[in-house]
Amino acid sequence: MNVVVCVKQIPDPADPGALDPETKTLVRSGKLILDESDSYGVEMALQLVDAAGGGEVTLVSMAPNDEQSGLRTALAMGAAKAVLVSDEALRGSDALTTAKVLAAAIGRTGQPDLVLTATESSDGYTGTVPEQIAELLSLPSVTFAKSIAVDGGTASVQRQTEAGYDDVQVPLPAVVSVTAGVVEPRYPSFKGIMAAKSKPLDQVTVADLGMDAGQVGWSGAGQEIVDVSEAEAREAGTIVEDDGEGHQKVVEFLAELKVI
Amino acid sequence: MSHAPLPQHVDPHDLLATDALLSDEETMLRDTVRTFVGKRILPDVGAWFDTGTFPRELATEFGSLGVLGMHLDGYGCAGTSATAYGLACLELEAGDSGARSFVSVQGSLAMFPIHAFGSEEHKQQWLPGMAAGELIGCFGLTEPDSGSDPSSMRTTATRDASGDWLLHGSKMWITNGSIADVAVVWARTDPDGPDRGAVRGFVVPTDTPGFSAPEIHRKVSLRASVTSELVLDDVRLPADAVLPGVTGMRGPLSCLNEARFGITFGAVGAARACYESALAYAGERTQFDRPIAGFQLTQRKLVDMMVAVQRGTLVALHLGRMKDAGTLATPQISFGKMDNVRMALEVARTARSVLGANGITTEYPVIRHLNNLESVFTYEGTNEIHTLILGQAITGLSAFS
Repeated sequence: MNVVVCVKQIPDPADPGALDPETKTLVRSGKLILDESDSYGVEMALQLVDAAGGGEVTLVSMAPNDEQSGLRTALAMGAAKAVLVSDEALRGSDALTTAKVLAAAIGRTGQPDLVLTATESSDGYTGTVPEQIAELLSLPSVTFAKSIAVDGGTASVQRQTEAGYDDVQVPLPAVVSVTAGVVEPRYPSFKGIMAAKSKPLDQVTVADLGMDAGQVGWSGAGQEIVDVSEAEAREAGTIVEDDGEGHQKVVEFLAELKVI
Repeated sequence: MSHAPLPQHVDPHDLLATDALLSDEETMLRDTVRTFVGKRILPDVGAWFDTGTFPRELATEFGSLGVLGMHLDGYGCAGTSATAYGLACLELEAGDSGARSFVSVQGSLAMFPIHAFGSEEHKQQWLPGMAAGELIGCFGLTEPDSGSDPSSMRTTATRDASGDWLLHGSKMWITNGSIADVAVVWARTDPDGPDRGAVRGFVVPTDTPGFSAPEIHRKVSLRASVTSELVLDDVRLPADAVLPGVTGMRGPLSCLNEARFGITFGAVGAARACYESALAYAGERTQFDRPIAGFQLTQRKLVDMMVAVQRGTLVALHLGRMKDAGTLATPQISFGKMDNVRMALEVARTARSVLGANGITTEYPVIRHLNNLESVFTYEGTNEIHTLILGQAITGLSAFS
């Protein structure tokens, strides 16, 4: 079973992020790391391939620069190879362009049985790319998976909902987005890290995908960021002194929020 | 020379930006161990220390990570650089010296001699299981009456008419002894035998009759680590139990060099944990209506600790690069072990004073590191022995005897 996982390399969330005042987008220069939300899809893909007893996990990613360290992390976890679309022309790409580029890159990997993605990236949060990829590839799309089991040409997916989860069955190949936190991503083993540097990483440009530079990046974007503003600072919380009736006040507070 | 304005931002946890000295691969290895320590060791190590336990299941988790014998090649080992091994030791000891000790003993003291001096059969039999953490090893050199002068050992290895070896004696302060599946034991051969009384190494399965390993209790240091005595009461071993590749004290001393190299890095980890704990505490602790980090006397302590940790890091990385280049000499390892452990102990004591009374409980990591480092200060060559190795190296005169 061959699984493609779409992953994103993002600025380390541990470092203070910055917005470019001109483009109103996140500054993404320098070192990029594997988006943690993608590590769940990588782990799930590795488990599915293990369970199938054969096949491999291929990573697909795009970036305006040629940063690879995030991909090397996922290769060290056990993915077999990666395709990185790296092109200055991609700077400023919107979600739909991202989906088009990733869909074209997935096409280079052969015929995957399954395409996994995160539900959204941790630095952009548009949350629309997985479904756009599915549409572009004419594949069925299932979102918010908490577990996936494959039997023959069908995947049984537990799809998270606000109330619990739905059992969904989908014919393969399909695009499935994986909710963060549903599996425990493995540590890259040292052997994996040592092996990662020699695993194939196919770095391609927009032109290699048969796309025109004018179709991507700022010029291809169908959306424009008109303005950005800082999120309002959170108001200070309420401190309840426990005089023996503290629990009652907590209950009242929760009732006010209509959560109980 | 550029006249561009200097960047103003520095990282309080890595002021000299030593991270830039690491390759991407080393950074990934280091971050992996740091994450593991954060998730698997730090949450519970205070309790392990309190109760004097080492969770045995950590062994297989270390094995899955690939940290056991990581700088050895083949036989299930990861085959990393020596620098990467050092960085792993650093991160493990930032968790606890006991965790680093386990890894040092398994990789440098038990797996290394089998890898370097063992027969192909020894390697096939033991190394893959030891790399996976399914088999635990220990190293028997020190004896109750033979510490800094290991060649005065009394444990003997004699051969009987059938060619079997008989080991007799006892070993002391042996990390992992009571949980080990295999012990690498060094013993003196018969002065009239073919080895003319030279020390030889033996691969001893711990279920061999006559072998026992009672645990040493009542320690107030390295409590999250198993320390034992090895009792060898006429342990009968087949002729091929001897390590064929080495004769004499060069065998055990080369193992110690491996472990001491790792300690040079490890001590930096313990010191860093103490410094970071003190820095965080000083920023939060308010006295006289201001954080104590704002007081000049506290800033002196914090800066001294930071400088010591950074300097120790540079020494360790420099030795790592030399080891990878094959140019590292024994006195240079002594420099690292002697000075970095001494540094770490001073940092731990200073950090303890910044934390005041809170510094004496295991709620904070500082007193645990401080107590552990008291062991690290004297094991694997006391501070004095390393001083004498360096003294001899610069004067040409031996002060040992």
